[in-house]
Amino acid sequence: MKFLRDLLDKQKPLFQKGGKLENLYYAFEAGETFLFTPKHTNAIKGAQVKDAIDLKRMMITVVIAMIPCLLFGIYNTGHQHFLATGQTAGLWEDFGPKALLGLQLVLPIVIVAYAAGGAVEAAFAVIRKHPINEGFLVTGMLIPLVVPATLPLWQVALATIFAVVIAKEVFGGTGMNILNVAMTARAFLYFAYPAQISGDQVWTYLGDKAPVDGFSGATALAVAYNAGVEGETVNTALASHNSAIGAGLFDFANLFIGWIPGSIGETSTLMALIGAVILVATGVASWKIIVSGFAGAYLMGLVMNAFAVNKYMEMGPEYHIVMGGLAFGVVFMATDPVSAAQTEIGKWIYGLLIGVLTVIIRVTNPAYPEGIMLAVLFMNVFAPLIDYYVVKANKKRRLQRATV
Amino acid sequence: MELFSLAIKSIFIDNMVFAYFLGMCSFLAVSKKVSTALGLGAAVIFVLTVTVPVNWLLNEFILKEGALTWASASLAGVDLSFLRFIMFIAIIAAMVQLVEMVVEKFAPALYGALGIFLPLIAVNCAILGGSLFMAQRDYTLAESAVYGFGSGTGFFLAIVALAAIREKLKYSNVPNGLKGLGITMLLTGLMGIAFMSFMGIDL
Repeated sequence: MKFLRDLLDKQKPLFQKGGKLENLYYAFEAGETFLFTPKHTNAIKGAQVKDAIDLKRMMITVVIAMIPCLLFGIYNTGHQHFLATGQTAGLWEDFGPKALLGLQLVLPIVIVAYAAGGAVEAAFAVIRKHPINEGFLVTGMLIPLVVPATLPLWQVALATIFAVVIAKEVFGGTGMNILNVAMTARAFLYFAYPAQISGDQVWTYLGDKAPVDGFSGATALAVAYNAGVEGETVNTALASHNSAIGAGLFDFANLFIGWIPGSIGETSTLMALIGAVILVATGVASWKIIVSGFAGAYLMGLVMNAFAVNKYMEMGPEYHIVMGGLAFGVVFMATDPVSAAQTEIGKWIYGLLIGVLTVIIRVTNPAYPEGIMLAVLFMNVFAPLIDYYVVKANKKRRLQRATV
Repeated sequence: MELFSLAIKSIFIDNMVFAYFLGMCSFLAVSKKVSTALGLGAAVIFVLTVTVPVNWLLNEFILKEGALTWASASLAGVDLSFLRFIMFIAIIAAMVQLVEMVVEKFAPALYGALGIFLPLIAVNCAILGGSLFMAQRDYTLAESAVYGFGSGTGFFLAIVALAAIREKLKYSNVPNGLKGLGITMLLTGLMGIAFMSFMGIDL
């Protein structure tokens, strides 16, 4: 440690005012604060804010909460490959090779996302002369978790750069964006390169191996939507799907735990809930958004049951919660404290509408089997409006109470 | 039910601003504050709801090919549809004049805030677009009223949402070159992505 400190101290004058590399001060500062706690003290004059939690702590908590999803996703990526190519059927057989394959596929995506986004972040920090923000720690982890493992790496880099520049940096960086950055990256990919991020072929990595006979890579949502179109009961369709690689792939329990094809981190509702517990216990995410998000999806599922125009609408509402990325999106995307509604009543409305919209998009829109991505973006757009009216109603109520 | 799904469609799916990018000038210019955006949005709803059905009558009984048959059988071959633009605009201008007088009388503060953009509704392409879409898609009278109201509401939602975002943007640190219209253009594009969620729904 002493050695590192000395090394940094020796270089410091170079970057300080008057030094040769003065322009790169913020890049240097980022490295320094990454390695050592900065010795910031409160100002003698003015407000004294003493709070143990700062931006860095908050962001790293979110990253920790995502680790269950990431680890699960890594193993699941390998597991799905082994299932699809018929090499092993048991879940824990071939643990080593599965984990290794998963790492091979997922780690490059994580590294590319961090490198591309981090480079953009650093460039903006140096040009605009503000400290490098830690916000990207979370975004760089979220982006790999919401894409399929087969996504080409250059697309990961492109989407990350697009999202960091257009959705975040032009608004002034961390804490000032309007839309969720990771969801913007995914939406960009979805509209620019749909072939690599939608359909039935991209969710399972096959490599150069041939899949088993009768294999279909469709996700549960796609199966359910097709069942709705063809007039088959969704539960039968889910149960009989992909019997080639072992029955019960889309059982309720398996959907909940998440050994199913899908984007890397979104398949497991269980892991997302573990993340939710961490986030809520540490006070980083709002439990109101999480609860109302799930409640919205469930209620809309019930409403769909009441109309029941096709078989998809008759599906039990609990399936909506375990299928696709709803849990992951509600826990990690909707609760993003920057782009969500800020007022307490607003959070209820915001979360509820995300759940409702997700189910509406899933069931009615043939273009998108999964609705959570666009539901979150849509509500991000309306969050400031919700806040505006909640604040206005507050003002009105308090004015009435006030007596002069 | 038909009319209801037409309303939903014109508000969300075929949103004037995000699906057709019509009415951009006032959308970008009068969205700095929620209160003024509300005023303009309401004015647009009113003007669209009135002008689309009125223009429908005009189109149906005067302009369309063979529309003049009711006057005399000898006019059956007359096709005045080349006059659509000018006639529609005339109706729209008259309606806007009406709105302007009402707003000036009853909400002078809003009148001042909207400034030149209130009379400019007359040449707002979303309004003329509403009437032309109506003619092109052969709506009935009831449908055209619902369509006018729906697409007005879509514009209203869009401009109010944008205004709320722009009020929040005051706390952002936008690069100098992008301040004002630049960032608003980018925002419009990002909001367009969010509105893509409804495109493709078949009602």
